[in-house]
Amino acid sequence: MSTISIIFTALFYISLFIFIVGMGRKIYQFSVTPAPLKIPTAPTPLTQTGVVFRMIREVTLFESLFRSNKWIWLFGFLFHFGLLLVLVRHLRYFIPGDLPEIFLLMQPFKYAAFAMVIGLGGLLVRRIFVPRIRYISAPSDYLMLLMLIIIGVSGVIMTFTNNHTDVIMVKAFASGLVTFDWANLPTETHFLVHLFLVFVLLAIFPISKLLHVPGVFFSPTRNQVDDARKKRHISPWALKQEKEHAVKLDQTLGKDE
Amino acid sequence: MAAKEFDIPKLPTYIEIPELNHGVMDGDGPFKSVEEFQKPLGFPGEKIDNWQEVAIAKMGELKSKYRSVQVFLDSCVKCGACTDKCHYFLGSSDPKNMPVARQDLFRSVYRRHFTFAGKYFPKLVGAKELDDDMLDDWYNYFHQCSQCRRCSVFCPYGIDTAEISMAAREILDTVGVGQKYCNQILGKALTVGNNLGLPEPALRDTLIDLEEEVEEDFGAPVKYPLDVKGAEILLITPSADFFAEPHIDGLIGYGKVFYQDGVSWTMSSYASEGANFGMFIGSYDIMRKAALRIRKAALDLEVSRVMVGECGHAWRVAYSFWNTLSGVGAGAQSSDEHAMRLQKQLDDRYPQPQHIIEYTHDLIQRGKLNFDKSENDDRTVTFHDSCNVARATNMGGIEGGQFILPRDVIKAVCNNYVDMERSTIKESTFCCGGGGGLLTDDLMEIRVKGAMPRMQALKEVEKNEGVNTLAAICAICKSQFSKVLPKFDFDPYMIVSVHQLVSAAIILDKPQTTNSSPDGQTDAEEPVIEAEETAETE
Repeated sequence: MSTISIIFTALFYISLFIFIVGMGRKIYQFSVTPAPLKIPTAPTPLTQTGVVFRMIREVTLFESLFRSNKWIWLFGFLFHFGLLLVLVRHLRYFIPGDLPEIFLLMQPFKYAAFAMVIGLGGLLVRRIFVPRIRYISAPSDYLMLLMLIIIGVSGVIMTFTNNHTDVIMVKAFASGLVTFDWANLPTETHFLVHLFLVFVLLAIFPISKLLHVPGVFFSPTRNQVDDARKKRHISPWALKQEKEHAVKLDQTLGKDE
Repeated sequence: MAAKEFDIPKLPTYIEIPELNHGVMDGDGPFKSVEEFQKPLGFPGEKIDNWQEVAIAKMGELKSKYRSVQVFLDSCVKCGACTDKCHYFLGSSDPKNMPVARQDLFRSVYRRHFTFAGKYFPKLVGAKELDDDMLDDWYNYFHQCSQCRRCSVFCPYGIDTAEISMAAREILDTVGVGQKYCNQILGKALTVGNNLGLPEPALRDTLIDLEEEVEEDFGAPVKYPLDVKGAEILLITPSADFFAEPHIDGLIGYGKVFYQDGVSWTMSSYASEGANFGMFIGSYDIMRKAALRIRKAALDLEVSRVMVGECGHAWRVAYSFWNTLSGVGAGAQSSDEHAMRLQKQLDDRYPQPQHIIEYTHDLIQRGKLNFDKSENDDRTVTFHDSCNVARATNMGGIEGGQFILPRDVIKAVCNNYVDMERSTIKESTFCCGGGGGLLTDDLMEIRVKGAMPRMQALKEVEKNEGVNTLAAICAICKSQFSKVLPKFDFDPYMIVSVHQLVSAAIILDKPQTTNSSPDGQTDAEEPVIEAEETAETE
């Protein structure tokens, strides 16, 4: 194996490790942190089923964002939906051997890359030219978009221009990562840049705003059922405090019971 | 009142997103609390020496106790969807009043101290130190948030600035930088029993006067009972209802509805306050302490129903939090002694707690109330959805009931009703500008500016539909509107309680003999609860 292939193979496992451990820790943190009070935001479902549907609409259609701002919704949706299709299509590289027939149907998904890049471009333009959004942007907010744009554009170049990469080799490399049967990877610059930035993305996922992906599922204003009067909702720390009558205000204001 | 001069916003024909006006709302914030108000709440009397250390530790504690804080701090992608949703931004154009920018005052410190990127690459991710300037910004701008949660409706992740604002205020209190208005009032509520500091004898006199007045005006012996043990309903209402205009006309209305229904009810001198400013300052403990007074009153008076008067955040605390804080509700596990003690006593055929609007609505549905709607024919009414009711609660147990029921009640007693523009009502309602602990004269500038979006929508229906009455079910909204309406060339008396409209139209024809009340609804000579010996607040 070439040195560059060894480096990229190592980078893959390192970034994947950071991603899994980091996300695991973060999701664990989100899940063990109690939500002591019922704080769903209207329009609020009154049943658990209602909450499930609300969440599905939120993560598939970006319902709240649609109500909020049509431009951000349009660009955000183009980007995320494009990314989803592109990711699904990328599965072919990680499955060793012949592909199931269903993958033929996914062939057109490659055009989703354009949706992705257009969406990202729109978001970047807004970030630069809408003063309100410029005001709230940190350097990392621009960098994140730039990085995703470069990933998208380098992918487009490989797929739609004459700068094709040897996909057979890519497949051998990628499926080798899965089966631990490591292989050399093509060394065109745009492919290496593409791959490297994907690894960076994986690694910074748990320490950046990309945490919105697990975050939305844990958002109490979106995932709580509005049944406060029917069921007593109490967090472990509040229950402990209640049992111990430990409210320190008793000392200054007197006991209530 | 040494308020600084400021321009009252002009009402545009439609709401425009203003250009950013940096630092226009910079300032020292509202009057700071002092030792006398801080100490009883368990907060330091002045800014402590090692405040940074304590503040960061408190931030760590809060994010481990509140999933909302942790998740909201991590999840924001700075998409900008919320940037034009805050009434204080729309009215003031100060960029720090954009919800995300307000949160970022807090989030930048969180990143600096609790995240990898913020610790090692602070400039890259906009992480900042909590220094004196930042703390001043916190104090100023987190007291320009009414915790109305409009931003949360529009955020793709549901990020609720109110949660961040509450956490920031709790940290500020912990390091001795409290707000005078909220903390002084809390002291009164937690010792005397209400925000006005009205002791039991004064309250009793007020209610007796009110009974005489109502009998004179309406010719029916409507009662406003206090501390009646064994009454069916305990009414918890904001203390503004006892005195302030137009609130008291709402209280008159409640009494008339109870009278017509023939139910026995009482108020409590020990828990004579529906408002719970513990929520505004973000303190679970203090909010619970205030809620426990109501629990105690319900237990001592042996009532079977707890009902809440017209008050926005009180209804949020009651509907969403009481069951958690004090067990006023239903569905506790049988092993849960604290909650069960009360829940066994409460009548499970009714929602606990119940809103006065739900109660009146139910009576109307069952045909138990008769109205002469023409009494309100001089009015064309619109309804202001109060933020806490609209976005944080429900009524009637049906989806959107908190929007439907009040409108139903108004339409049952008025012939002329119109809604304001859809994007300014219901879950998208604009705050009155005075909620969340901002209803104090030292914050008049932000209150007036923040009222602009609501005033704009009101101007539209005034012009196009001839609206001359603004009805609301929140004591803070009513007080705020009374103050700001004239600034925008409206009649300050156009703001009314919903139950004032009910009161005007209701026909009091109940036969006088069949009173289902237990002992002595008419007179309560012996208060069963001793008012606390802390009538004075010095």
